[in-house]
Amino acid sequence: MDQLIAFFTEHLLMLYLLLFTIILGFEIIAKVPTVLHTPLMSGANAISGVVIIGGILLVKQAAADDWLLLVGGAVAIVLGMINVVGGFAVTDRMLDMFKKKKS
Amino acid sequence: MLEAFINLAYLVGALAFVLGLRRLSSPDTAKNGNRLAAIGMGIAIIATLLSPGENGTMIWILGAMLVGALIGWRAATKVEMTEMPQLVSIFNGLGGASAVALGGLELQRVVGGTQSASTNEMLILLLTLFIGGVAFTGSILAYLKLDGKVWDEKITLPQHSLINGVFLLGLVAFMAYLCLFPAQLTIGVLILFTVLTLIYGFSFVAPIGGADMPVVISLLNSFTGLSAAAAGLIYDNQIMLVGGIFVGASGTILTVLMCNAMNRSLFNVLIGGFSASGGASKAASGDQNVIEVSLPDLAIQMYYSKKVMVVPGYGLAVAQAQKACKELDELLEANQVEVKYAIHPVAGRMPGHMNVLLAEVDIPYNKLLDLEEANAELKDTDVVIIVGANDVVNPAAEDDPGSSIYGMPVLQVWNAKQVVVLKRSMRPGYAGIENPLFFHERTKMLFGDAKDSLQKLVAEVKNQ
Repeated sequence: MDQLIAFFTEHLLMLYLLLFTIILGFEIIAKVPTVLHTPLMSGANAISGVVIIGGILLVKQAAADDWLLLVGGAVAIVLGMINVVGGFAVTDRMLDMFKKKKS
Repeated sequence: MLEAFINLAYLVGALAFVLGLRRLSSPDTAKNGNRLAAIGMGIAIIATLLSPGENGTMIWILGAMLVGALIGWRAATKVEMTEMPQLVSIFNGLGGASAVALGGLELQRVVGGTQSASTNEMLILLLTLFIGGVAFTGSILAYLKLDGKVWDEKITLPQHSLINGVFLLGLVAFMAYLCLFPAQLTIGVLILFTVLTLIYGFSFVAPIGGADMPVVISLLNSFTGLSAAAAGLIYDNQIMLVGGIFVGASGTILTVLMCNAMNRSLFNVLIGGFSASGGASKAASGDQNVIEVSLPDLAIQMYYSKKVMVVPGYGLAVAQAQKACKELDELLEANQVEVKYAIHPVAGRMPGHMNVLLAEVDIPYNKLLDLEEANAELKDTDVVIIVGANDVVNPAAEDDPGSSIYGMPVLQVWNAKQVVVLKRSMRPGYAGIENPLFFHERTKMLFGDAKDSLQKLVAEVKNQ
């Protein structure tokens, strides 16, 4: 219990942040028309590639002879980068289809 | 100074994510929004690159980024529009795999290092690995299912959802134990946990069948977001935390919206509602006949009708029939025939999948009707042609409580004067259930590849 209270007090600002981010995420999607669900899912998917930053930080901290961290971290970066670049590019392509309808 | 700059860049990046997604949710600003989010990501990555690090690591980072960017770019620009859902699923899985790598490597450090992790740290590390792992293998299986490479029956065990429940409880207990006794973590235990997590990801998606795959991808997308957020806690990195939670929340609500569109609960989807139990519906009696229609007959009928409604499904995507569809549309419109499209929320393999395909061939927005609009207009429609759709027009969803899709809102095509089903064979749809519509008195069948049939139909209509 004490641990919980300590955790709560220590991370109060972060808990606020989490709460508001969650509500923001809910609110933004709730109004979306069905036609945009796929591009939206795809765009959100690209954003989840933000995990790549963890990969970069991991490799940055690795010692020059720590092959496991270097190689493993590089793999994490490759995978995350595919998610980011592929995700945004494919969303862009999908949205191209929508743009044409106006012309 | 540098640290302040990096944090400022993260703040800008997070703002770009939020505004980007917001703009993505309206058709006019969507493209702009996607680019804004991409720029935000770029800023965040560059800022991270500038942060202090060990000598000689930069080459690894830049090299890996280049390789990943090339692969991602190639995949995104080369893939056919119809395979979009599969690709999104794979991308999502790779994001999860990245989190698995991070979680695993950090946990490995804890094992080897002198300092043992606290309960909180251990929990964060294990969650990153676990959630990322489920997103990883789950997405890969979802991809295989979408691509038709794996069939549900072959990988589902009897009582699979019960097994999954026990499996999950076991893994939670495993994590709780490691959190309470961090010293117990050895390399062997870590590998065991990782393998179990990856198996669980497969097992989690295995019983979820057919038509539910879009829901699963959306759910797994939110898992990837959560794993990124958990990884953000490891590195005390705000943008990973905010971006991850944001995707987690929006993915969850999107999942719920999709479930609502099918009138089913998420729980129902997860335990595999489309399981074999639905097999014993009344359409199984074997003495029903289907009536085939000839191409010239259909062409004449369509040409002289007032209103034609097209119901596209995944078959249209597979056959790449959208261009032929557009041609037919133009010919009919030239003869004052009103052509509309009835888009079921879960037609295709993702919500909005059909809209993307039809937009690709410049079919105007206002011709696409959603479920309610379409059902209202179907009553005074002369000819409905169903192109590669099946489950979304199954009357059993309304009148057969024994059917596994009972309760799902469907397009009431049988209210139209004439229904023509373009279909390759009499094989049941993706959900694996019989469709009494094919035996309906107003239904005629046109067998063949969707694109092929439509092209022949176009030729026939031209002759009128």
